[in-house]
Order: sequence, then C-alpha cells, then structure tokens
Amino acid sequence: MTRMTDAIVEVVGVTRSFGDTLALDDVSLVVRPGELVGLLGPNGAGKTTLLSLVTGLRKPDSGTVRIFGGNPREPANRVLLGTTPQETGLPPTLTVGEIVDFIAGHYPDPMPRAEVLERFGLGDLARRQAGGLSGGQGRRLAVALALVGRPRLVLLDEPTTGLDVEARHILWQALRDYHADGATVVVTSHYLEEIEALAERVVVFGAGKVLADDALATVLARVTMRRVTVTLRGAPDDEVATLPGVVGMARDGDRFQLLVSDADDLVRALVLDRVPFAGLEVRGASLEEAFLALTSQSLPTERVMS
Amino acid sequence: MTAVPSAAGRAASRPAGPGMWRLASLHTRYQFLETIRVPVAVIGNMLFPALAMFFFVVPQAAVADDPLAATSAVGQLAVFAVMSTCLFTYGLGVAEERAQPFDPYLRTLPAGAGPQMAGRVVNGGVFALLGLVPLVLIGRLFTAATVTGGQFAAGVGAILAVALPFLLLGMAFGYSLSAKAALAVVQATLFPLAFAGGLFLPPKMFPVWLDAFSQALPSRAGRDLMVQALTGQPAYALAVPVLAAWAVLFAALAVWAYRRDQGRRFR
Repeated sequence: MTRMTDAIVEVVGVTRSFGDTLALDDVSLVVRPGELVGLLGPNGAGKTTLLSLVTGLRKPDSGTVRIFGGNPREPANRVLLGTTPQETGLPPTLTVGEIVDFIAGHYPDPMPRAEVLERFGLGDLARRQAGGLSGGQGRRLAVALALVGRPRLVLLDEPTTGLDVEARHILWQALRDYHADGATVVVTSHYLEEIEALAERVVVFGAGKVLADDALATVLARVTMRRVTVTLRGAPDDEVATLPGVVGMARDGDRFQLLVSDADDLVRALVLDRVPFAGLEVRGASLEEAFLALTSQSLPTERVMS
Repeated sequence: MTAVPSAAGRAASRPAGPGMWRLASLHTRYQFLETIRVPVAVIGNMLFPALAMFFFVVPQAAVADDPLAATSAVGQLAVFAVMSTCLFTYGLGVAEERAQPFDPYLRTLPAGAGPQMAGRVVNGGVFALLGLVPLVLIGRLFTAATVTGGQFAAGVGAILAVALPFLLLGMAFGYSLSAKAALAVVQATLFPLAFAGGLFLPPKMFPVWLDAFSQALPSRAGRDLMVQALTGQPAYALAVPVLAAWAVLFAALAVWAYRRDQGRRFR
C-alpha cells in the first residue's frame, strides 16, 4: 500500500491502440520520487503515447495510469505536473513574459517570471514576441514552461530535438539543476547522447513494449553496438552466429552483416582463429539497429563467453 | 511546512490550484491579448459593416433621412457584423487553434477545457460588440437613425441573443473542419445567408417567394428581431421560434463536432 502510493508515476498493464496500430502493449512502469528516467526508443516505439497517457491527454484502452496516486485526467491531479509544448506551437503574438505569466497563472505557487527566464538563459527576451524567437530560444522557452508551476514531476518529450550543441547543453544543465532540487524528471529521446547526458535510469521501448529497464550504464552496454561487414567465404551460418559478441546477422552470398556488442573482440577472434576474412568494415550501429537486436532475442546467437 | 514523511501525508498536502473563475478570467485575458495583437483581424471586423453603412446607406437620402429606415439599416448591418464575427472567430479561429500543438499542451495544465471555452465565448461577445462601435457611430452622426435609451438596451440584448445561433454554428464548423476548409465554408455560408436574410437589401424589396423563404432563415429572424428591438416595428410572428429552432439545431451540431474532435484527439 505505502509503496504503491509512494510512486510518482504508476502505469500498470496499460494497452493502447490507434485503429489497427498497437502503440502500447501491456506496459507497466513505476517512477519513484527523485528519479531521473530516460525513455529511449525509435520513433513509433510508444514513448509519446505513454506520455500522452501520463499527462492525461489520452485514456488507456485497458490498465491504469496514476500520477501522485490519482487519475491524470482530473485537472486537480495535474497541479504538480509540468510538461512542455512543441516549440512550433507557442502563440506567436504573445511575448515571452506573457506566455510565462499565462502558464504561471494555472498554479498555486509558480516560480517568479525572472527566475524561470534566468534558468534558461532567456532573461533578455521577456518582451520579445514568441513569433520572433529563434528555434533554440523557442525550444528553451517551451521547456521553461514545464518548470513554471514548480512541478514535482517533469515530463519532456524529445526536449532538444533540432537544437544546436550550445542550446542543448544549457537545457540539459537546467534540467539537471531542477532535478537536483528534488524533482522527478522523465525525458523521452531517440538520441542516445541525450539519454546519456540526463538519465540515471533508462527504459528502452520497442514496438509498444518495455525492452529493458535498468541503470544507465547497464542499458548502454546493451545498446551501444557495432555493425561489422565482412566477407567470410563459404562459412556456415551457425558458425558465424557463434562468433564472440554477435547478436544479429544477415548474409548476402558470402558477405555478412553482423551486429556485435564488441567489434574488437570479434576481430581478435577472427585473427586468432585464422578465419580467412576479407573486406572488413566496422562502423557504429544506429540505435535503431541496436533496438532491433534487443527485440529479436530469439535469434540463434549463442554467446561465447571469454 | 510541517514535514510529513508518510505517503498519505504527501498526497493530502497536494496544493489546490486557482479556482474556476480565476482560470476563466486568465484564459479570457490572454485570448484577448492574442487577438488584439493582430489588429487587421479586429479592424476587419469593424470595417466592413461601417463601410457598407457609409457607402450604401449614408448617400441615399431616402433611407438616411428617414429615422425608421436608417435605424433599421443600422440594425440589419449590426446583425451582419455579429454574424460575421461569430462565424470567423469560432469557425476559423477554433479550426486554427486545433491545428496548433499549443492546444493539446494547454490540456495538460491543471485546468479542464472549461476556462478556455469560457474565454472563447466572452471574447467572441466582446469583439462582436466592438465591431459594432463604428457602425453605430456612423449611424448616429451621418443619418437620422435614432433610438431611445430603452431601445438601445433592447438592441444590445437582441444582438447578443441573435449572436448565439451563429456562435454555435461557428463552433460546429471550427470543431469539424480544417482551417482551410473552415475559411471556405464560412465565406460560402456568410454572404448568401446575409443577402437572403435581408441584411444588405431590406426584405421589403424582395420578391414574394424570396421574402417567404427568407423568413425561415436565422439571419432574417435575427434581423427582424433586432429591428423590432430598435424601432418597435414588429417582427413576423415566427421570428422567435425560427431563431430558437436554428439555435437548437446548431447547438446539436456544435456538441456533436466538439465531442467528435475531443474523441479523436484526447481519448
């Protein structure tokens, strides 16, 4: 009892579909006070749908969603929730200060306007109309709005998509500072870099399911993979699949595409075993590929432990 | 500020947000600011009826110098102005807002859909009445149009009542159409309805068949009730039932469109 009501976000057995598309398939997730959680996954994995349920925008088909122990569809239960509009949607004729004040008016104890703008390096722009902001400034304002009401839970969907490096770092720092003040923060991203910079706990989504839910370092080890392309003349599939670290494989004649957790290990094994290989190429695998490998764990890939 | 470590204590200490009134007035204020910052839209609403008055009524001595005809002319153009504001503000305005990502964001704030809707209705009324100011001034200064204080008050009441069905029709458009479609539909509705309702030419110039058809339209019913309020000239007997019937129909359409839209975006 105490444990359950202690949760800031509580998603239990939630399924949600749009027409024929199953966006969330029996997902459960509990976020506790003070956590900094990254939801990682390719587009269409279900992250945004999950956030729309937690912010009360949509209802699950089945299962329950609670924030602070209550239904997020009830406006009163969202008084400690902060979220962010998509940057393109700020009302262009209102000034930065007016937008902040408008959002602040919805909360019992909002941050003063100056403090909000200061945290996000927008201090000089209070009188600028939102329509005249650059992409990065608009994005920072959008994220600033998530903090105006001094929320205890901050939910951000792809907060820094399309930002330059500097703006991205200002934003990350602001979020880390706010988390350090004791807030719970949930961020979605399909950039590994963003999740690495922000999250302490990572939940990986794929095709509407939770694929992994663990500490950042543990998940990183699972999703940072290399794609190795190599010609192995006449090698049988099952032998290639048992090479060290291979988690995914596709072949086209003698040309193999391998997804491996450690390319160095693989190359070392090829050389030591005097495997006659040719045309070796190694490059970073995209997150998308890493996710696909995580989903297709039924592949016949017995790991050889070193 | 007492530290309550238990979970129950935390839940109970969740602060209450501002009340419904505060939120409604907040949304009303910021919607007003947003609209007033695009002066073209506001001036456009004021300009058309004022220009129509200036070019088509003021130069015609037969109308302008006759208190009854001039006052009726102000009344029917006022109905047009309000109809136009309602259809554009709610039809086009709502359709545009729905397309903005800011709209779903507002739904995540600790306020329901109520305050936003209240703001829309109040602002629609305010801008409709603002649009009448130049028209009334021109009527007062350049024609023989005249009303008693009581007639003026009756006119304000009548115009707000007449606005209601058009406000609902505008919402039905706004919640069921894209902005582009809404613009076309509003224009295709507004002008035929205004003409056939006797808002440009007085109905006594209509052929018999058009006059009969006209009496079934909300624009004609609204016009006659407005003229009655301003001049005491009685409207046709069915004016109130006709206007009320359209209001009921448009209300049903608006509710249907609103629910369908909410169901698509927020279910």
